[in-house]
Amino acid sequence: MLAPFQDPFFQRALLAGLLIGFTNGFFSGFVVLRRTALSVSALSHTMLPGIALGILVTGALTQANAFIGALAAALFVGLGSVVVSRSSRVAQGTALAILYTSAFALGVALLPLLETGNRELEHWLFGDIRLVSSADLWLAFGIGCLILLLSNIFFRPLLLTLFESDVAAAQGVPVRAMNYLLFGLLILALVTSLQAVGCVLSVGLLVAPAATISLLTNRTPLLFWGGGILGALGSVSALLLAYWTNVSAGPAIVIVLGALFLFAFLLSPKYGFLTKLRQSSSNS
Amino acid sequence: MIENLSVSYGAVPALENIALATSCGNRVALIGPNGAGKSTLLKAIAGLVPRRSGTIQWRGTAVNKWSREFAYLPQREEVDWSFPITVRGLVEMGRYPHLGLWKRYRAADDQAVDRALETLAIADLHDRQICELSGGQQQRAFLARALSQEAHVLLFDEPFTGLDHNASESLAALLSDLSEEGRLIISSHHDLDSAPALFNQTLLLNRSQLSFGPTTEVLTPDSIQQAFAV
Repeated sequence: MLAPFQDPFFQRALLAGLLIGFTNGFFSGFVVLRRTALSVSALSHTMLPGIALGILVTGALTQANAFIGALAAALFVGLGSVVVSRSSRVAQGTALAILYTSAFALGVALLPLLETGNRELEHWLFGDIRLVSSADLWLAFGIGCLILLLSNIFFRPLLLTLFESDVAAAQGVPVRAMNYLLFGLLILALVTSLQAVGCVLSVGLLVAPAATISLLTNRTPLLFWGGGILGALGSVSALLLAYWTNVSAGPAIVIVLGALFLFAFLLSPKYGFLTKLRQSSSNS
Repeated sequence: MIENLSVSYGAVPALENIALATSCGNRVALIGPNGAGKSTLLKAIAGLVPRRSGTIQWRGTAVNKWSREFAYLPQREEVDWSFPITVRGLVEMGRYPHLGLWKRYRAADDQAVDRALETLAIADLHDRQICELSGGQQQRAFLARALSQEAHVLLFDEPFTGLDHNASESLAALLSDLSEEGRLIISSHHDLDSAPALFNQTLLLNRSQLSFGPTTEVLTPDSIQQAFAV
């Protein structure tokens, strides 16, 4: 039972799950408030060719290279979709869908050509938290602190920007800067989650925690802190489950978070499906 | 006081040469056909859309972009009601302009929020999501935000649209109370029949200003014909 806790690899994985789960869960509050889960999915897939190009250009894979490559690819696809939609009759969502799937396909095609081989491709697609190094842990810790710090300092202007951007602009909130800030923090959060769950599953970690909390409470700040706690606890318990059942860690994290969401959806005392069912049957 | 105010979207003029002088305690209706620029005028006063020319003076000084003494209450369909925020959270937003980026939210801010909620009789709803409110309650929640902002000029965009009879009556009473306390109310309004009872002054417009003055003098059959003529 206690064997996993004595394994140094597993200890690091647990710590990584705690850090990455909290950071992504906290940030999921913004994703839920902004209703942009699908664009986050597009961005996360886009990171794959960015990482591939990062390795191709620099010849080595570090978190910094991964971040710069991911940022470049995300900017290229994100801004590209805006340019295409503004200069043609194609809607932005359509343009984004084409660009991100093409970019993802390019990444899948490119990665096996690199020296790192096929096993690595799977690593980036679905993550492998058991391989985190101490440097990765420090980076996850640093990014987590930065996200917490900036989103708390700018919490009020960010919230107002998300709710009523024209009112925010009139009050002197630099709306464009706030949107860039959210975009930058989102990429940072995605880069940390790559290690844990990979670019295909990272959306789960970046959406499910706050979405689950939103079914349980009305308080906006709880979306963030509750999302962080749920993300951390969910990741850690998923790692233990994965250890005992021999399931891959990345999918286990997303399965556990998805199951928690399903529980909240069904059983939430106030907004649960069963509560609504009971109310409508007692009304009729 | 508004002088020579013009607004345009790109090269398209939306609103030209609006000039009116009014004072606290008045209730001003903006009346005109669809597309006359009522909402645009409200947003221009609130600083939500850029003004091409003209000035707005408030208490003797020019309001260049935005003043925290002005509060804009959007049309109901312009609000994202599914945004997960409670009534209290919404009303707390009225304190943001006072707090800026760095000031801490203090007990005094809490008290201002409490007072606003009580004035509008929605204190018992403070924990509700804004999507769970009725039309009249939603209107009150936004009004409470304006009060917690300590705004003196309240800019309403079609506040009576979609309200049932009771909610309309109670909103009318509220507007009258607020103006008697010395607040200036400027509101777009589409119902010509109810305007004289609700608003003591009226600005009749259709892209540009047609007339401004006491409601009973402005809303004559001739002027209405002129404003709404196709």
